[in-house]
Amino acid sequence: MTTEALSLPARPSPRKAARRKEGNAGPVFVVVLAIVALWYTGTILMNWQGTADAFARAGEARSTSEILLATMEQERPMLPAPHQVFAELKKTTIDTPVTSRRSLLYHAWVTLSSTLLGFGLGVLLGSVLAVSIVHVKTLERSLMPWIISSQTIPILAIAPIIIVVLGSIGITGLFPKAIISAYLCFFPITISMVKGLTSPDPMQRDLMRTYSASLAQTFWKLRLPASLPYLFTGLKIAVAISLVGAIVGELPTGAQAGLGARLLAGSYYGQTIQIWAALFGAALLASLLVALVGLAERFLSRSMGARPA
Amino acid sequence: MKPKGETVLKRVTEDFMGDSGAQPGLSAEPGLASRAPVVDIQGLSLTYEAADGPVYALSNVDLQIEEGEFVSFIGPSGCGKTTLLRVIADLEQPNGGHIHVNGVSPSEARVRRDYGFIFQAPALYPWRTIQKNVELPLEIFGIPKAERNERSRRQLELVNLKGFEKKFPWQLSGGMQQRASIARALSFDPKLLLMDEPFGALDEIVRDHLNEQLLKLWDKTRKTVLFVTHSIPEAVFLSSKIVVMSPRPGRIIDVIDASHLGRERKLEIRETPEFLKIAHRVREGLRAGHSYDD
Repeated sequence: MTTEALSLPARPSPRKAARRKEGNAGPVFVVVLAIVALWYTGTILMNWQGTADAFARAGEARSTSEILLATMEQERPMLPAPHQVFAELKKTTIDTPVTSRRSLLYHAWVTLSSTLLGFGLGVLLGSVLAVSIVHVKTLERSLMPWIISSQTIPILAIAPIIIVVLGSIGITGLFPKAIISAYLCFFPITISMVKGLTSPDPMQRDLMRTYSASLAQTFWKLRLPASLPYLFTGLKIAVAISLVGAIVGELPTGAQAGLGARLLAGSYYGQTIQIWAALFGAALLASLLVALVGLAERFLSRSMGARPA
Repeated sequence: MKPKGETVLKRVTEDFMGDSGAQPGLSAEPGLASRAPVVDIQGLSLTYEAADGPVYALSNVDLQIEEGEFVSFIGPSGCGKTTLLRVIADLEQPNGGHIHVNGVSPSEARVRRDYGFIFQAPALYPWRTIQKNVELPLEIFGIPKAERNERSRRQLELVNLKGFEKKFPWQLSGGMQQRASIARALSFDPKLLLMDEPFGALDEIVRDHLNEQLLKLWDKTRKTVLFVTHSIPEAVFLSSKIVVMSPRPGRIIDVIDASHLGRERKLEIRETPEFLKIAHRVREGLRAGHSYDD
């Protein structure tokens, strides 16, 4: 079914797709260049005082251009320069074995595993809530206020409570962090899925009624497929904040491993380069996760005959 | 579309009947007189509560439809023609009167899958191919895959959509989509077809073409068709019987027999005196029933 659908003439030709990509490359390049330029300017301005003071303390007289270059090579700069961050990223990913505690990949894996577990739990909780809300009218009124108020509590306040409570009953490590992720990410899933499950128009629903379709048949053959485009929007948000949840979950525990632990250790010891490298690691991981969800969406929507945009 | 939920639809006492414009004077076709009518409606009324007071969607409607007839319902918007069709389909609940579909209540008929309903829009599910859309009711009825494929193949051939099985709805024109929805309704071979302004959204050329095809289909399959429209030529061209309705309250004001135009009709008959005579009577009926006080 899918293969034939893919070969339809109405799909954009590869040449057209290439042209579209070409059109994007210019602006993207300009934006990246502007960000890098801004970053270097910030590095120079923010590190200037510290660098100049350090030279003064050492009793060394340096020219302005020497100070300028030195602002970008500080060991513990206020704001590390891009090339310092990337050198650190390279050192901690490529040059360090994955098994080492100094490897950023190791820490990223620790965070990723609880992110994925939390995301899985969040998807489960979020969809169960959505399906119940759509099918039981009273649940919408009774559950929705709680669901919404759950998201108004700052996660930084509730994260330590979850860790401590679960720790007191002997649950430590991966699971409490995953719970925090799930707590954050079920929300967009529930909201988007409720919207999606109720999206079929009256005619599409009447059709099912004329067939005397059961509730389950209406769910599987109409409501669920209709909800998928909505669900994927929620999933993309959910997977990104699931990662945030996992990182936040690592902060209050003084966890030994994970991107959150790396951030915390960096700030304890003033290792700004390490902090920035961990931040970039987290951002890259989040983009990767969102891209994966996007890929799944593309694959699924193609097999469901979605009109190419 | 009328509000359909039972919560919206408040049951109102049946005391409103007013001056009934309903004319039960229907003569069953001679050959079919002995059989029970496919649709038997007596004193049917339906009222629902709107923001500004009750709306009398249907008032004291009497109607008998025999097997094999092609009955058109025509009237201005708000005359209850769609509501009447939806009551027959058990998509709306009447407040009063009696209605039997194939000798049982509409809800029993629906559960028995006695009818196929064709909506104003094709209402194809966009994530299913045309073939899968046609097979949707068969899947729900639990018909095995091999037979599903065979039936969808046959029905798509019948509506001239052979070769479009693997396409998705958006790849077809509006007229083709509506033909696919007719194939879907035919797939489980119901004796009764309920069509709610199925060609209303299509341009006239496509509509003419589909009207001819529908008539051939009706002649071939010998189904009973109930067809809601607001086009006089369409109603006269298709029907063996035309039910003219009028709004506020929704009621039947005339029932016109057009069976003498024959079962096989070409578009050219629209120029004939017989055709024009019936069209004139429909127009007269519509004019008489139209209330000018608003």
